[in-house]
Amino acid sequence: MPSLSATETLIASSGRRSFRAVFEIILHSVLLLCAVVSIITTVGIVLVLLIESLQFFRDVSVWEFLTGTKWSPLLKPQHFGILPLFCGTFLVAAGSAVVAIPIGLGTAVFLSEYASPLIRDIVKPLLEVLAGIPSVVYGYLAVVFVSPIIKSLFASAELFNAANACIVVGFMILPTIISLSEDVLRSVPRSLREAAYALGATKLDVTVGVVVPAAMSGIMASFLLAIARAVGETMAVTLAAGATPKLTLNPLESIQTMTAYIVQVSQGDTPAGTLEYRTIFAVGLTLFIFTLLLNVIAQWILSRVREKYE
Amino acid sequence: MNLSQHSKGRPYAKFASSCFAVLCGFCTVLSVSVLVLLLWNVCSYGWSSLSWDFLTSWPSRFADKSGIWSALIGSLYLIGVTAAVSVPIGVGAAIYLEEYAPPSRWRTLVQINIANLAGVPSIVYGILGLGLFVRMMQLNRSVIAGGLTLTLVVLPIVILSAQESLRAVPSTIRQASYALGATRWQTIWHQLLPVALPGIMTGVILSLSRALGEAAPLVAIGAATYVRFTPSNLFTDEFSALPIQIFNWTDQPQKGFHEVAAAGIIVLLIVLISMNALAVILRQRFSKKIRW
Repeated sequence: MPSLSATETLIASSGRRSFRAVFEIILHSVLLLCAVVSIITTVGIVLVLLIESLQFFRDVSVWEFLTGTKWSPLLKPQHFGILPLFCGTFLVAAGSAVVAIPIGLGTAVFLSEYASPLIRDIVKPLLEVLAGIPSVVYGYLAVVFVSPIIKSLFASAELFNAANACIVVGFMILPTIISLSEDVLRSVPRSLREAAYALGATKLDVTVGVVVPAAMSGIMASFLLAIARAVGETMAVTLAAGATPKLTLNPLESIQTMTAYIVQVSQGDTPAGTLEYRTIFAVGLTLFIFTLLLNVIAQWILSRVREKYE
Repeated sequence: MNLSQHSKGRPYAKFASSCFAVLCGFCTVLSVSVLVLLLWNVCSYGWSSLSWDFLTSWPSRFADKSGIWSALIGSLYLIGVTAAVSVPIGVGAAIYLEEYAPPSRWRTLVQINIANLAGVPSIVYGILGLGLFVRMMQLNRSVIAGGLTLTLVVLPIVILSAQESLRAVPSTIRQASYALGATRWQTIWHQLLPVALPGIMTGVILSLSRALGEAAPLVAIGAATYVRFTPSNLFTDEFSALPIQIFNWTDQPQKGFHEVAAAGIIVLLIVLISMNALAVILRQRFSKKIRW
């Protein structure tokens, strides 16, 4: 019983009480400091991105940056319109959502409504493993496996294209959708299901008509979180989608996302302090704001869901 | 009578219901088969390149002479630095938030901030690391700069999982300890931490396995892809890491390098899966031991 002996020593050495009080205060401040690190991180991100971006916006107007339709900071003549990168990011996020949402939702419904405990115990750890696979591995899969298949199906496809990225990023965000959606589906009260069965509904009616609508806001939040991941996804997209910033919605063309652009500049020898170097901070700031918005909305929805059923 | 009329009105209701079940089951099979496909593909490509020589050779311009020794050692150092920094800070922050901070606006602010940090793309942390560690602190592209950047990436996950384990300790334990006159720290050190430790360890291992697979932040701070030495000074020497090496090989047009990349992935996945297995074992062993 360690707590007893601790108390005993406390009583026995009441002369050392002041020492203990000081010790507690020091510990309190050390632990507080640990928590403050997270605040400092956020401030650090914002400051680093803002300072360099502001320098960037001295040379390039915000208007040109946000509405320009050509992105070529590394080639002459330079153009600094982020729309092509934005378009590439959007294409990958939307495409991966199209791949992942139906499969993910179907799997979540199966695991929560149909699967026996045994099947759930087998499938869930496998999905956890899938969630733990690094994104560079998905990039490899895109290059070696998906790209040749797409090339053989569509002769017009470029070797690296948006569709490659959509498929593997879709695989990547599957576990996010499945585990979150399954959680909210399972938290729908049993009484709702039983009431529907009592009215003569089939399992399909109960699932599609009662359980999924009841969990809808939580499911939406899982979609948003997954899309936020797809937007921030880097290595797989860099390997799969090519490096051609382009204003297109054709998934068979080579594109470039915001994240892939940052990697491209980081890999080269762009000297610090130049305009080209600062572009990655401006792009990073845009990416940060975008993912933050998606995350904040998703968190807000999820916190409301928790209030609803707890 | 009534019932049969009902089913007459919807003659295919049962059939449709079964079809839906099959469809959902099919989705599940599809999700799991992604994992099977991935493992099968990687193994069939990379198995032949996997050898002792591959593990202990330097990277090379020739695919068949390439090895991952420098990347393996680089990753090992990185994880060491990341663990050494992120575990004390992460667990400390979790203890502060769960045991010290009273429910207040300040705590809510920190909590929301951590949740949002967990959703920030890792490449953004890479840019932060580039601006903060590489340039401002002049750490260059060293192991320390890489490790600190990865620390920022995993810190929110470490904090959140440690908080969850602390929260799982029943409050009666705390009350009993305080009732016996223990101070706050005595309660934490002697009562809460021993019980919460397996859960915290599980979270730490999973976070570190995430750090091990991260390439984007390291690429952003400018980690080298072609390193033919192991870092001897953590503060100055350049380094490579497993995911960066795999990225570099996959990016090559030659087929030979893809095979080497697959072999590298096998090594990375073996390390990751054994870390995951360790976490699962920890979780199961200790969750059985403690009964309230």
